[in-house]
Amino acid sequence: MTAIEVHNLTASYDRHPVLWDVDFEIPTGKLVGIIGPNGSGKTTLLKSIMGILPIDSGFVKLFDKPLDDVRNRVSYVPQRQSVDWDFPATAMDVVQMGRYKKGKLFGRLSKLDRDIARDALKRVGMLEYKNRQISELSGGQQQRVFIARSLAQQAEIYLMDEPFVGIDAASEAAIVALLKEMRDEGKTVVLVHHDLHTALEFFDWVVMLNTRLVASGPLVETLTEANLRQTYGGKLNLLTQIAHLVKSQEFPVREKEMRD
Amino acid sequence: MSPDFWIVITGILVAVNCGLLGVFLVLRKSAMVGDAISHAVLPGIVIAYLLTDSRSSIWMMLGAAVFGIITTFFIEFLHRKARVQSDASIGVTFTWLFAIGVILVSLFSGNVDIDQECVLYGDIAYVPFDLFFLGENSLGPAPVWMGSINMLVIALVVALGYRGLFLTSFDTGYASSIGLNTGAWNYLLMGAVSLTVVLSFNSVGAILVVAFLVVPPATAYLISKRLETMIASTVVLGTLSAVGGYLLADLWSASISASMAVFSGIFFALVFGYSLVGKKLRKRVHLSES
Repeated sequence: MTAIEVHNLTASYDRHPVLWDVDFEIPTGKLVGIIGPNGSGKTTLLKSIMGILPIDSGFVKLFDKPLDDVRNRVSYVPQRQSVDWDFPATAMDVVQMGRYKKGKLFGRLSKLDRDIARDALKRVGMLEYKNRQISELSGGQQQRVFIARSLAQQAEIYLMDEPFVGIDAASEAAIVALLKEMRDEGKTVVLVHHDLHTALEFFDWVVMLNTRLVASGPLVETLTEANLRQTYGGKLNLLTQIAHLVKSQEFPVREKEMRD
Repeated sequence: MSPDFWIVITGILVAVNCGLLGVFLVLRKSAMVGDAISHAVLPGIVIAYLLTDSRSSIWMMLGAAVFGIITTFFIEFLHRKARVQSDASIGVTFTWLFAIGVILVSLFSGNVDIDQECVLYGDIAYVPFDLFFLGENSLGPAPVWMGSINMLVIALVVALGYRGLFLTSFDTGYASSIGLNTGAWNYLLMGAVSLTVVLSFNSVGAILVVAFLVVPPATAYLISKRLETMIASTVVLGTLSAVGGYLLADLWSASISASMAVFSGIFFALVFGYSLVGKKLRKRVHLSES
């Protein structure tokens, strides 16, 4: 079954196209990476799927339906840096936001809602920090709180924008393990990811983007050197050349001394 | 009731009303929108007067409220569409509208009984004499009535809109991802701010209104871990500033509005000092622990 269908999507910012005629499908139950260099439209793509940014042409369908029909089955995790973490709220306050629904903003949260929020915090290993103000958490802990809020939504599709930026190795490992668990439960998890050097191997499926769609498909068939070159253009070329140089000449010298 | 009592009550009403909305303005980093609105309503007041030829407060308030919304809309428009930074778009909008108001006043100064002094500084000392009559019976000062109705409206907005305001202030991206109309929530808040500014500055002047919109919430922000605490401490700080300011004015025979504003500033300084010391102490405890 198709979880996400993006059809001939074009979106622009300040009259410059950021996404141009992007067309792909993502099957359910996959751990998906959207990769591409900075400014390649990855964040715009997520925001267009969530209806946060207007699109110029094309359409997006989730589970074969328009977003408004399935909003409760989709969860969005914005970039951590997009909010003010000095906000007067505790970790639990933020996670409970996951239980707020449109048209259900009034009245008290039920016991069930509070239990769900509690379980979500527990699942990301942050329960003992539930009463901490969010400014007192480390970057990785803040990211885990964001993911807990998303879990509390009990959705089927999760769209996460750069969840690995600026976090410690322990949090990264915990999050990767959690994402795999979610995938194994049949959820569709889509991550925007710009760092080529870490954590590419755990994706099942990749969407390679550079304003236009370069490729989309299962990891092994899609993440080829030709596709990478096309996605990252000259930048990758230069990097690989340097890598070859370093390898062939054992350069720089100082590092060689250290190894001895 | 003694006149002093009504003056303090008016001060407290304005402090609480402005503070409750100010909390969300401060958290949205748009505290100066309150400042802008409090100045930009001037043309609305003058135009309402010229059209209806009466000094009845209802029409003036309506005119002012309309201009409050126009101000908000203009600021958003310049920021979003013309890509001017938000603080610059606030500056462009309100100086322009205020200046138009000033020109209108001077053009029709022969037949308009409005002066800018009153708009900027108000005079809370005259509150006890601005009585509200129903037939022959005086029902107490009109500003107290307006303040109380205003408080009811704000209490409703904040109580019913609590989660919507919380969510749209903290994380707009997430809020729109669950289908909230973030623009509508912004206009709801700014509409409430316009109404409150207009109802308040009549009696206490624009400067005290801005002080109560920004200073108590900013003070509460320094010591609050949660939104509920921030709202509660804002109410307490605003009330204390109103009472303390009145006593100070009485002692020195100074301007009451100015004294209240000064008092809220003193609270800010005290709390800021306290939070600095608190941070140092906590650091020391951390060091001795590790």
